[in-house]
Amino acid sequence: MVKPNNTILEIMSYFGDIFKGIKTLLTGMSVTGKYFMTSHKGAITQQYPDNRDTLKMFDRFRGEVVMPHNEINEHRCTGCQKCELACPNGSIEIIWDRQVDPETGKKKKMIDKHIYHLGMCTMCGLCIEACPTDAILWAQNYENSVYNRSALTKVLNQPGSKLMPGVED
Amino acid sequence: MNISLNITKTFTELLSGFLPESTANIGAMVIIALIYLAIFSVAGLFLVLIERKVAAWFQLRLGPNRVGPWGLLQTMADALKLVSKELTGTVKADKFLYNLAPYFVIVSSLMALSVFPFTQNFQAFDINIGLFFLIAISSIGVIGILLGGWASNNKFALIGAMRSGVQTISYEISVGLSLLTMVLITGSLQLSEIVEVQKNGWLIVQGHIPAIFAFMIYMIAGTAETNRAPFDMVEAESELGAGFHTEYSGMKFAYFFLAEFINMFIIAAIAATVFFGGWLSPFGITDSIPWLGVFWFLAKTMTLVFLMMWFRWTFPRLRVDQLLTLEWKYLLPLNLLNIILMALIVWLNLTIQF
Repeated sequence: MVKPNNTILEIMSYFGDIFKGIKTLLTGMSVTGKYFMTSHKGAITQQYPDNRDTLKMFDRFRGEVVMPHNEINEHRCTGCQKCELACPNGSIEIIWDRQVDPETGKKKKMIDKHIYHLGMCTMCGLCIEACPTDAILWAQNYENSVYNRSALTKVLNQPGSKLMPGVED
Repeated sequence: MNISLNITKTFTELLSGFLPESTANIGAMVIIALIYLAIFSVAGLFLVLIERKVAAWFQLRLGPNRVGPWGLLQTMADALKLVSKELTGTVKADKFLYNLAPYFVIVSSLMALSVFPFTQNFQAFDINIGLFFLIAISSIGVIGILLGGWASNNKFALIGAMRSGVQTISYEISVGLSLLTMVLITGSLQLSEIVEVQKNGWLIVQGHIPAIFAFMIYMIAGTAETNRAPFDMVEAESELGAGFHTEYSGMKFAYFFLAEFINMFIIAAIAATVFFGGWLSPFGITDSIPWLGVFWFLAKTMTLVFLMMWFRWTFPRLRVDQLLTLEWKYLLPLNLLNIILMALIVWLNLTIQF
């Protein structure tokens, strides 16, 4: 036996549900309606080959790993190999040797070549997180297709470059 | 312009000038059928284009804009591509039913178009049971969907087709009852009569509260009947691939696709005719120029089509049980109450007449 009081409550909640449903549907429609009305102000679509000259990728876009150099051809890589260890699929290979530091006269670890295989890179970014001296960064270039796979193997440090003083301190 | 808008009569008279009467009648029918086919296959393609453009604008995209000016020829190019494609089929498909299914769908939706009054006397087929004919014809399409799903011998297609059957049988009741609510005011099923009645105010104004309820119920049920989102479980991509037309390719697929959009036009056109006065202009501003009726009819229809697209790009898809709950526990009882309310209003002469 259902009390009559309960029946009234049930009927109330039945119609309440309907009004709530209509209200939420109208809320949703107003949201999409606003998007529709403002769509002419600027679509997010990039018409890529047409705007090739002006197209700029967002800061967080992961194009490829680069090593920035300053004007006098100095980088921040100490050759600690943490990025090489951090890379899950072996895209980074560092060739180094011990050379005599001209300032202190002591033998010291220096990089010869920081080799980066873009073709194997999955853009996980672990190398950049692992780098203690911020020597490598993400670049935002996106036209990375080439005709020959060997073009994807890159040496990140420029020829003749050396470590920026003060990075190791 | 002095051309008679009564196209059937015009063509019959034109042909009977040099043909015997029966041949002239048949000739006129064939000519009108060809005209309607040509117009609406192109109109269906442009509805697809409008859908894609509207979808793009809702999602802050640009939409098709490469083929022709502003992408106007995109869907034409798509149709051309589909015509040139091979008609593949599955080995274990029931060949006869498999090939028959698309024609059921497209023919039923094209047949429904014949009874609409586009403007005064501009109507191919003015029968006295017009609205009943429309409801009947628009539910025949589901046979094509069921046949297609069954004959494909594919589990996704079969599930999709069965869902479509469930959906159309349920929502057909709501469509019929909500239109019946309006027939209580007009007292006629003939579409030209229904428009005539609305010269004293559109039915949504004449019938005020129950008419607005009936319109809302009609739009929900109509959206469900065309198998469009949020009721598109028939071809729920995430679950069923393409649903009942998974195994179809080329022009047979295009028939299903085109029929979906023509059905959307039909549902919107019925709503425009029954609730918003068909080809009548608002406040009778252009009643002296009957040709403009086509413009008003299409304007009202396209507004309602836009409403349905708005639904599609806003609401998430319902589950099957939610769909049936909506119909049997909400729409149907409310609809029956609404009919009683409308009957009372008509009986007590509470309709608003200008």
